[in-house]
Amino acid sequence: MINYKDNKSLFFLGFVIILYLILLIINKSKFILVLNKFLSIFSNIYYVFIIIFILMVIADYFIKPKTISKYLGKNSGIKGWLISILGGVISTGPIYMWYPLLKDLKKEGARDAYIATFLYNRSIKIPILPIIILYFSVTYAIVLMSVMIIISIIQGIVVEKIVEMKI
Amino acid sequence: MNKKLKISIKKSLKGILNSLPMIFSIILLVSLVDILIPSETIKLLFSGGFIDTIIGAGIGSVAAGNPITSYIIGGELLKQGISLVAITAFLVAWVTVGIVQLPAEIVLLGKKFAIVRNISNFVFSIIVAIITVTVVNII
Repeated sequence: MINYKDNKSLFFLGFVIILYLILLIINKSKFILVLNKFLSIFSNIYYVFIIIFILMVIADYFIKPKTISKYLGKNSGIKGWLISILGGVISTGPIYMWYPLLKDLKKEGARDAYIATFLYNRSIKIPILPIIILYFSVTYAIVLMSVMIIISIIQGIVVEKIVEMKI
Repeated sequence: MNKKLKISIKKSLKGILNSLPMIFSIILLVSLVDILIPSETIKLLFSGGFIDTIIGAGIGSVAAGNPITSYIIGGELLKQGISLVAITAFLVAWVTVGIVQLPAEIVLLGKKFAIVRNISNFVFSIIVAIITVTVVNII
């Protein structure tokens, strides 16, 4: 779920800090306003990171990529869909970690629809729920996740159908 | 504590710590934009119609990275009065369309699959947004 090229994000952080320094030099009163805004956003969300961390530990502890990939693709029918959805939702780690596994599955004959569905459901991450609820609402979080799960199947079928077309 | 749990804690901690610089940067940037750029200016970018949703999905498609940051940006935009449909399209496209990782996806999963998947997910981000907000409003 989380990974960054460290130097890239540090470079970006450095760039933003320079912007802050420039503001401090040219307009101190605005700088204080901006800093207060930053502190107010931060104090609103910092505890969410603790929840996210705990959920990440739980997910990582119980779910290993190999276990999921073992089931994905080999099955067909409803079971195949369920495993694609569930696998996507509970999978952890950055996406590029999964590409090689998916490539192997494809070679072994996994349906494009399952792979597309799996990838779509990767965007549904339980550890992120607290931040969605914080900024939006519980209703919104539940509806969004449910709609995305249903659409994941439809887009899986659509992607597969288009890929199979001889264009 | 067992070894497996220790590894999980270490991995998750590393994940969180890796993402902190970017999350900090985004919050710093959001604060800066919030104070220095009047919300009227941001609203100029979003006209208030359906085009907003397409703009939202477009920005979400180009943006990449930790979805947590997308919810922070989305949440702050909501406070500025941007429509929930546009923000939802932005959030969904952020995680389902990846222009940045498209080259990697093409190499590993095939050109046709990767392109078709990204284009259709762009369209679906708009559909998901409309359905989600409609249902939320009914509830």
